[in-house]
Amino acid sequence: MDKSAFEDRTTITGPMHAPLKHDSAHKHVAGTADYIDDMPEPAGTLHAALGLTDRAHAEIVEVDLSAVAAVPGVVCVLTARDMPHSNDISPTHLHDEPVLADGRVQFHGQPAFAVIAETRDIARRAARLARITYRDLPTVIDVVDAMATGGEFVTPPLTLQRGDAEGALERSPRRLKGKMRIGGQEHFYLEGHIALAVPGEDDEMTVWVSTQHPSEIQRMVAQVLGVPVNAVTVNVRRMGGGFGGKETQGNQFAALAAVAARKLRRAVKFRPDRDDDMTATGKRHDFLVDYDVGFDDDGHILAVHANYAARCGFSADLSGPVTDRALFHADNAYFYPNVKLTSEPLKTNTVSNTAFRGFGGPQGMVGGERIIEEIAYALGKDPLNIRKLNFYGDGDSGRDVTPYHQKVEDNIIRRIVDELEASADYQARRAAIIEFNRSSRVIRKGIALTPVKFGISFTLTHLNQAGALVHIYTDGSIHLNHGGTEMGQGVYTKVAQVLADSFQIDVDRVKITATTTGKVPNTSATAASSGSDLNGMAAFDAARQIKERLVAFAAERWQTTAENVSFVPNHVKIGEELVPFAELIRQAYAARVQLSAAGFYATPKIHWDRATGRGTPFYYFAYGAAVSEVSIDTLTGEYLVDRVDVLHDVGRSLNPAIDLGQIEGGFVQGMGWLTTEELWWDEKGRLRTHAPSTYKIPLASDRPKIFNVRLAEWSQNVEKTIGRSKAVGEPPLMLPISVLEALSMAVASVADYRECPRLDTPATPERILMAVERLRQI
Amino acid sequence: MAQESGSIRFILNDTEVALSEVAPTATLLDYLRLEHRLTGTKEGCAEGDCGACTVLVGRLVRDGRGEEGLVYESVNACIRFIGSLNATHVVTVEHLAAKDGTLHPVQQAMVDFHGSQCGFCTPGFVMSLYGLWLTNDNPSRAAIEKALQGNLCRCTGYEPIIRAAEAAARERPSALFDPITRTREAVTARLEALRQTETIVIRKGEDCLILPVDATDLARVLAEHPDATIVAGSTDVGLWVTKQMRSLNPVIFIGGIAELQRIESSEAGLTIGAGVSYTAARDALSAAYPTLGCLIDRIGGDQIRNMGTIGGNIANGSPIGDSPPPLIALGATVTLRSKDSTRSLPLEDFFIAYGRQDRKPGEFVESVFVPALPAGEHFAAYKVTKRRDEDISALLGAFRISLDGDRVKTARIAFGGMAATPKRAKAVEAALIGQPWTEDTIRKAQAAFEADYQPITDWRATAAYRLLAAKNLLMRFFLESTGEIVQLQRFEEVA
Repeated sequence: MDKSAFEDRTTITGPMHAPLKHDSAHKHVAGTADYIDDMPEPAGTLHAALGLTDRAHAEIVEVDLSAVAAVPGVVCVLTARDMPHSNDISPTHLHDEPVLADGRVQFHGQPAFAVIAETRDIARRAARLARITYRDLPTVIDVVDAMATGGEFVTPPLTLQRGDAEGALERSPRRLKGKMRIGGQEHFYLEGHIALAVPGEDDEMTVWVSTQHPSEIQRMVAQVLGVPVNAVTVNVRRMGGGFGGKETQGNQFAALAAVAARKLRRAVKFRPDRDDDMTATGKRHDFLVDYDVGFDDDGHILAVHANYAARCGFSADLSGPVTDRALFHADNAYFYPNVKLTSEPLKTNTVSNTAFRGFGGPQGMVGGERIIEEIAYALGKDPLNIRKLNFYGDGDSGRDVTPYHQKVEDNIIRRIVDELEASADYQARRAAIIEFNRSSRVIRKGIALTPVKFGISFTLTHLNQAGALVHIYTDGSIHLNHGGTEMGQGVYTKVAQVLADSFQIDVDRVKITATTTGKVPNTSATAASSGSDLNGMAAFDAARQIKERLVAFAAERWQTTAENVSFVPNHVKIGEELVPFAELIRQAYAARVQLSAAGFYATPKIHWDRATGRGTPFYYFAYGAAVSEVSIDTLTGEYLVDRVDVLHDVGRSLNPAIDLGQIEGGFVQGMGWLTTEELWWDEKGRLRTHAPSTYKIPLASDRPKIFNVRLAEWSQNVEKTIGRSKAVGEPPLMLPISVLEALSMAVASVADYRECPRLDTPATPERILMAVERLRQI
Repeated sequence: MAQESGSIRFILNDTEVALSEVAPTATLLDYLRLEHRLTGTKEGCAEGDCGACTVLVGRLVRDGRGEEGLVYESVNACIRFIGSLNATHVVTVEHLAAKDGTLHPVQQAMVDFHGSQCGFCTPGFVMSLYGLWLTNDNPSRAAIEKALQGNLCRCTGYEPIIRAAEAAARERPSALFDPITRTREAVTARLEALRQTETIVIRKGEDCLILPVDATDLARVLAEHPDATIVAGSTDVGLWVTKQMRSLNPVIFIGGIAELQRIESSEAGLTIGAGVSYTAARDALSAAYPTLGCLIDRIGGDQIRNMGTIGGNIANGSPIGDSPPPLIALGATVTLRSKDSTRSLPLEDFFIAYGRQDRKPGEFVESVFVPALPAGEHFAAYKVTKRRDEDISALLGAFRISLDGDRVKTARIAFGGMAATPKRAKAVEAALIGQPWTEDTIRKAQAAFEADYQPITDWRATAAYRLLAAKNLLMRFFLESTGEIVQLQRFEEVA
């Protein structure tokens, strides 16, 4: 080994809490980070393309694939009947999601067949030659249509209830009802879906997939092929973005690649074109929220009754937990003395909506914040005043219980908001904006401060578990593997820091390896912001086991006690002796000490009873707040985000550089959702915004012109999380609700703030202008 | 008849390649990834919108003073056809780091400022930033944002990338290894040697691609192949191939024809050759006509503007092309040429109906002439989109009026996105002419938009919004003519 790397230093590189760079940063910028399409292809690799239907709801009368199969270079065409064992990839086991449409089309663009050919180009061209005959069936595209036609559910709805909402509404001095449309969102991961299946001997199948959930891909491939789960290995080194879109949506591509690979005994790669990807995979749910709120003349909320209806698409997928989470966050940071919240997970003839960063929580929260706005405009007050009146209180306040009966025990929202209000100079800027609006004819400004409280844990309690596998080799180098998947969020880097910190060795001695179902089994999706929390603890547990063995060995070999053995930078201190880490490992190996361990972690404390709507579904809450200032053009509805200030709570940050990146990136992604990203279906149920030419995610020139982001450095998790850190993936996505509300204020200025503009989202220039026009008529 | 030869020759990073078998619509991206396993260049969308496939293309360009120099521009490899690369230097992300692995300052800054998360868009960003770095050692935030209009990142929120760009610009160590700076002279010489001197024809089975050597030759070739597809920047035609899977054959590449790249300025106005890119035309148009520079800066991203041509934007007849409305308002004429004749017609008459233009078989758009704007006339063009930059217009309005005292003497108003073709607002014009230039006149004239346009509802906007915004743009034009500031500007400085 290279001993120069272990010179005596008092610190290691890359401990926990250090702003370490992303482990792949160098490779990213050099173009040498391999994504699945960049891997050398096995000899004879074939390529696949989807055959899409062009009806939203129809019986398939006849599928004529002769022209497809006749194209030179086409090797085979797969239909539902070619699935060896099962045509089902429903992640909920409701058997409502076929790999390929069988007899019935349930959304426009649903895949009905797959073409396997010598080249991707041939496969794509051939896929267009199918002749499918349909018998049209009635279509339900929109939430409103679904409600009007009886409202079939894809999964059972949820009710959260506490106190007597209806009675309290009746008794409230003031009462307001309203509706809000909240748009969906396409993930637009820069790397689209991709799977490469390589058949092995017997029934073995190895699949490289861009997925957040290797264990599910493994189960689905096994199920479709009809082989035991142990025959399938799923690998993923990195994704080019996931955001929830690769939690379940990779199943179809992996399953089809595997079926073709099994049938043809050749490697098969499936990389759908961007338009096919956007057409055939699910998105963030759009919602219609109906709310009824009772409050007093000061603005105290007395009761809330709200219904969250969601367009789920044709199947359940994850719509159950997504719509549940909308309800879990309908309160955001506010205490509702009496509350009734209901969900309606509605079936529609559209692609099945799925997980997306925040997982329903953002939609719930936008609805909750609209209620605050309504009260503020009704009373002629600054919405921030209404927020402060209604924040959850401390433990003895009697105002600390959520609609799901969990007590809020770690509340820091007041401190966050107070600090941000001062540091962003909110009050003076708001006064200046109101003054500006008095004299500005065309351009109007708005400002808003909105909070975020986000519950951390999978609400399906059993998913809150993780495993890690750690080996130390005889040269003292460490091999790290865990169930978390890397999609850019830096989980590999953070968990490597945990390991470096545990052993007190430089982080570059830790080899980060691709996630694979062969090393850590039965993993949960890297989702719900949980990646570092769960996998960090599992790796910590593996390190603990190995360290215990090393300590016992050292104590015995050096004739001392375990208390006298400690891990110091790149060394182990045994009594008074400083032994290089690698030297201890060499000796431990020679003494036949096991240098490998499987770590495991299960989140304590949490439980949830969905039937009664009671429990403690969340281990803790992450908090944050943002102030946004915008300008709008009241002639066209165009706008600019002039300035944003963020103060966000990540507990004691595992990696401040990565966490800042998650906050900045989450903010802009959430801002896109609420502003320019619009999904648009035509009358036939075709999604017409299925490419970046028509679906507009934020550009560099859309980001806040001034963007100040700070971590709440004083915060640390009250729960015993890894390094007392908090999850950061999802919570920042909701900070740009402040942008929406600032736009709303700018619009409200044209009617002297007397009316809540009731902006639906996404707040495109068109919606802004139309809201301006509406208010001008008042 | 000119001589024919049969290969496309260009330099790929360090290596000269000569391709004598290449399909007319083979893309640079597939060539890099599949033939050379240069997998740093990614496919994100295959339609020139996300920038993950960004590479630099260097070529010898004659500037306004007639001097020739080697210019590197960012382009989208996904919709760039191989046939358009003759006598160029293609630079991919793999070319940037030194042989010992030392990162280029642009790359190092991206690492140091945490500019990558998932990393998939990163090579494209590096290449766009590299293009900026080569030409600007102190870029403003406006200039950086403009250089990144054609690059989508879904992870970072861009802030760290902007910081990296600022830091990299300052980082120019004397011992620097910069592959383009280092080889500029040698590459110039090699490209001179590769310069096309005769017609290039490549046949492969049924497939045929042709690179005429000059405009006369183009007319001849087109007479022989009246059904051929003419490709300049391929920013539109590229999508016919990557998205619609259309087979185009034969394809005539005109990007190398020097005559079509000329911009001629006279007192009468500007003549812009059909092969002039948006980037090349920008400064001349900006200097001659107010707001056109800003408008061009909002067409596509840098990569698209470096490839796409004003001639192509006219010739493809799109109802949402951004150049026709302002050119129609300015009274532009288009010149069409064929083997036997040349004719000019007002640009507005070129657009007959949706998908139909007045271009006969064998004709090609040779140039567009834009009359100078007489002193004292007011002109402005406004683009309205869902997203400010790199978006296709929901509507685009161009306004030009002259006043006689306080009365409107002449008015030319044209819109895109409001009808099946770019179209004049003649009823609105009539409602203005002869009237006092006042807000009251504007209010009355606004109603006339309903006579001129019955726009459609689609994913970019509803009919109601289009009509309302069109009316309001007239108001904006009026208010601006009176000196009032009524537009949002992200930066005071115009990039």
